[in-house]
Amino acid sequence: MKSAILQTATRYLLPILLLFSFFLLLRGHYYPGGGFVGGLVASIAFVLHSFANGTESTMKILRYKPISLIPIGLGISALSVVIPLLFGLPPMTGLWFEQPIPVIGMIGSSLFFDLGVYFVVIGVVLTILFTISLEG
Amino acid sequence: MIDNHILGPVFIHLFTAIIQLICWRKTVTQRFLSVGGSLLGLLLAFRLFSRVEENGILTMNAANWDAPFGIVFVADLLSVTLVLLTSIAGFAVSIFSSVGLSRQRMLYGYFPIFHFLIMGLNGAFLTGDIFNLYVFFEVIIIASFVLMTLGGRKAQLEGAVKYMAMNILASTFFLTGIAILYGITGTLNMADLAIKIQAVQNKTLIGITSCFFIIGFGIKSAVFPLYYWLPSSYHTPPSAVAATFGGLLTKVGIYALLRVFSLIFIPDDFTRTLLMVMAVFTIVTGGFGALIKTNVRRLFSYLIVCHIGFMIGGIALFSQVALMGTVFYLIHDIMVKTNMFLIAGVIRQLRGTLDMNKLGGLYKDYPKISLLIALVLFSLVGIPPLSGFWPKILLFQEAFTQQQYFFVIALIIGSFVTMYVIANMWAQVFWKNTPEGVTIDDRFKPMQLYRKLLMILPIAILAAATLYIGLNAERVVHVAEQISNELMDTTPYINAVLGTNR
Amino acid sequence: MELLLILVIGLLYAGGVYLILRRSMVKLLLGIMLLGNATNILIFLLGKITKAKPPVIDESYKIFQDIYADPIPQALILTAIVISFGLTSFAIVLLKRVYALVDSDDLDDLNTPEEEDL
Repeated sequence: MKSAILQTATRYLLPILLLFSFFLLLRGHYYPGGGFVGGLVASIAFVLHSFANGTESTMKILRYKPISLIPIGLGISALSVVIPLLFGLPPMTGLWFEQPIPVIGMIGSSLFFDLGVYFVVIGVVLTILFTISLEG
Repeated sequence: MIDNHILGPVFIHLFTAIIQLICWRKTVTQRFLSVGGSLLGLLLAFRLFSRVEENGILTMNAANWDAPFGIVFVADLLSVTLVLLTSIAGFAVSIFSSVGLSRQRMLYGYFPIFHFLIMGLNGAFLTGDIFNLYVFFEVIIIASFVLMTLGGRKAQLEGAVKYMAMNILASTFFLTGIAILYGITGTLNMADLAIKIQAVQNKTLIGITSCFFIIGFGIKSAVFPLYYWLPSSYHTPPSAVAATFGGLLTKVGIYALLRVFSLIFIPDDFTRTLLMVMAVFTIVTGGFGALIKTNVRRLFSYLIVCHIGFMIGGIALFSQVALMGTVFYLIHDIMVKTNMFLIAGVIRQLRGTLDMNKLGGLYKDYPKISLLIALVLFSLVGIPPLSGFWPKILLFQEAFTQQQYFFVIALIIGSFVTMYVIANMWAQVFWKNTPEGVTIDDRFKPMQLYRKLLMILPIAILAAATLYIGLNAERVVHVAEQISNELMDTTPYINAVLGTNR
Repeated sequence: MELLLILVIGLLYAGGVYLILRRSMVKLLLGIMLLGNATNILIFLLGKITKAKPPVIDESYKIFQDIYADPIPQALILTAIVISFGLTSFAIVLLKRVYALVDSDDLDDLNTPEEEDL
């Protein structure tokens, strides 16, 4: 499906949606949001791009295969789960930096867990969709 | 007692899998990582086991949330015994798969998925939260779907469709049961459930809920009316995968039944009768199914079903001695069934087929390997003093005491059928001469020596474990006795989890 | 509201069971998806439905003063949805492969005779 309107719109929508997904990721501690929703929004941005321009061109702008995001995300999440063990706390306990950082707010291990989830979701969703759409 | 490190066996496999994902397509690195990670997991499991045996139940509150509110992980003796056995079996299988699998399957990510599977198993044994148990079950079945379909031959995909449909259905039943349980009690912590469910007035509702769990876990552990997916799918994947499935996956169902029906639902007369009927029919139908099969792996698949019945029967009798028998049989069964499928893999390497009509003469060509295999086959049948003998004694004894004569008859039939089937298999595969006109496709002889050793070593490890269970039965009986005490009297478990928050 | 949800759950379960009992592979998949959704709504229903009562404690109190919307069922449903998303996508790919190989949507065609075993 090649539609000039959709193609032009996605050109602007892709960065906006990615920005929005990042906003959702950072907001996740205290407000509705988080890594899972953010990851879904980000992958929807790419899916929209693949609707407009075809799967091949989306894979071209991604450069790397989305499947390589899965181990990175899993690694970040798993590390943030076990890091509290070093401080004698049970796994998954939230550790926080004392000083809030401007714009982002408080940073803690749960943010890194969410970041890992964000990457895993993008990786998994895009891998699944590309596999299905390229097979057909 | 709180110990933050009880999830070690889970994390070690998680990290092994992640590092292997990063080393995507580097099969040599992945093999070393797999064996190394499994060995480390085994050591951690040993440490955990000895700690729990010494200090009693260990718990861990994830994210430092106190017991009924957060997710709690509990290492009691039943859990850590199963974690230990899983680690031993996983270690053996990971050695075997480093030489017993085609490179094609390794390129598609066999090793990371295998470690995710072992992680899911260990997590399912250690969790103390029923919804978390569901999540780990899903980790297990997603990983097992991928392992089942890797390689993608026609028969394999056909088996996978049946396996997939039945297992998703089982999860749906399990989830429905959890939903109703949460609706009745408002908690998901198993220890908390054990307390709150006693206060519920509507006993019929609880009985119906328990049926959801029986069906859900029954499909997973392959009991009588629900087992048909197992013999039609377990013979299709490669032997290393089939060994993991046959040895461990159905036993998770048994573990879940043991846990749920000792802690949350105390079996009443109806449940016990239901489980007993299921057990008797499972033994009889599984055994008779094995009688007519000529393919070695199909035969083993039916034997899995047959022997699941022994353990279900022990749960149905629900007394201290019977649970001791069930737990002992579980310990024996994990070791032996994993080994059986590895043996099937070796037989296929030796002869290129698993059809008993085309096999023969293995004893003449490979006497030492055959004797090692014979040891495993004998303990499966339960020749004293090998490991299969002791739990059957306990089950017989308790079945007589409770005058469950149908179960006694089923036990006798099951044992004799197993003996006949295995003796027949021994005669067909090892003793008789190679049938005329069959060309032998021996892929084992031209292998390098280290590959041969790596293929036989896991069988030897598991056989040694079986021998230990059989010859040092006193110690295993002692462990099984402690476990059955824990299962009969759950107060220590509940106290360990909830502590002072009751 | 409860009655409506109960009817929906019943319909979804009935439809799911009906579809699973058909011989078509695609209908099997659809049936499994319907059953999963029915279970999710069941969890939602059993978590006691409350309107406009977020689980947030007022600043001047220490404990809840009123009934509140239980967040746990929503967390459970979210988890179950994520899991069923993974399972369903895997099942779709699997069924596509099987269809390409067997060239049939009929579950009865999935029985390779025993002689072809390895």
